[in-house]
Amino acid sequence: MNAHDEDRMKELLKEALPPVAADAEPERDLWPAVLRRLDEDAGAPRRATFQSVPWFDWALLGGLAVFTVSFPATIPVFLYYL
Amino acid sequence: MPDGSSLVTSGVLHCFREGDLDAFEALFREHQRPVFGWILRMVRNAAAAEELTVETFWRIHRARERFQPDRPFAPWARRIATRAALDWLRAQRPEVELTAEMAGALPSASTGDPGIAAEIRRKTALAFARLPPSLRAAAVLAVVEEQPHREIAAALGITVGAVKLRVFRALRLLRKDLEQQGITP
Repeated sequence: MNAHDEDRMKELLKEALPPVAADAEPERDLWPAVLRRLDEDAGAPRRATFQSVPWFDWALLGGLAVFTVSFPATIPVFLYYL
Repeated sequence: MPDGSSLVTSGVLHCFREGDLDAFEALFREHQRPVFGWILRMVRNAAAAEELTVETFWRIHRARERFQPDRPFAPWARRIATRAALDWLRAQRPEVELTAEMAGALPSASTGDPGIAAEIRRKTALAFARLPPSLRAAAVLAVVEEQPHREIAAALGITVGAVKLRVFRALRLLRKDLEQQGITP
């Protein structure tokens, strides 16, 4: 495609898609919709993160890890009861 | 979209970053219109542009901690708006995405050349809607809306050279599509 073809395509595109007016604006105030969206976001359940897990769950997991390292023979017993 | 002539003080930008809702509203009031206009230029659908403006400001609020108050707000907002608009364009089916009716219904700054047949304009609009969204965004902003390449590059997160390349590729693919329909531009 040479420069002339490129200019022709640009011209055709401009004719097919008229430019948006410089003063285009929403037909309504969008702030209430933004506030609703923020409220929905605040009410949505959050993904579990490191901080969201209670400390006693981490303590239990740590204790279990220490126990199984100290007494490896108990691992099959734990696995059996899982 | 205002860059240097912002009415919002740097104090407001700092408060926004800290999560102050009044500061966020002040930014919204100042930037709502340019953000809407930018999105409308990309998606060319007023109802979708309104929804995407809400989506953009929601994303802006979520990402406020990453905003650097010593930098201008408008280019940052424009980049987030561009991502939201591209996500929308990617989710649309080409055959319903951009019709000649939709193009004609947009608030237009010019009436166009009456010498070009309506059928060719319609086919061009539909062929353009079939292009990949990333090419379409660059072409519509650069060719139709005549936005500065530097601004387009910043909004798309690419270089000015890449913008020019995308525009060229878009025009070449458009020409090929029209030729396949028996139209010689």
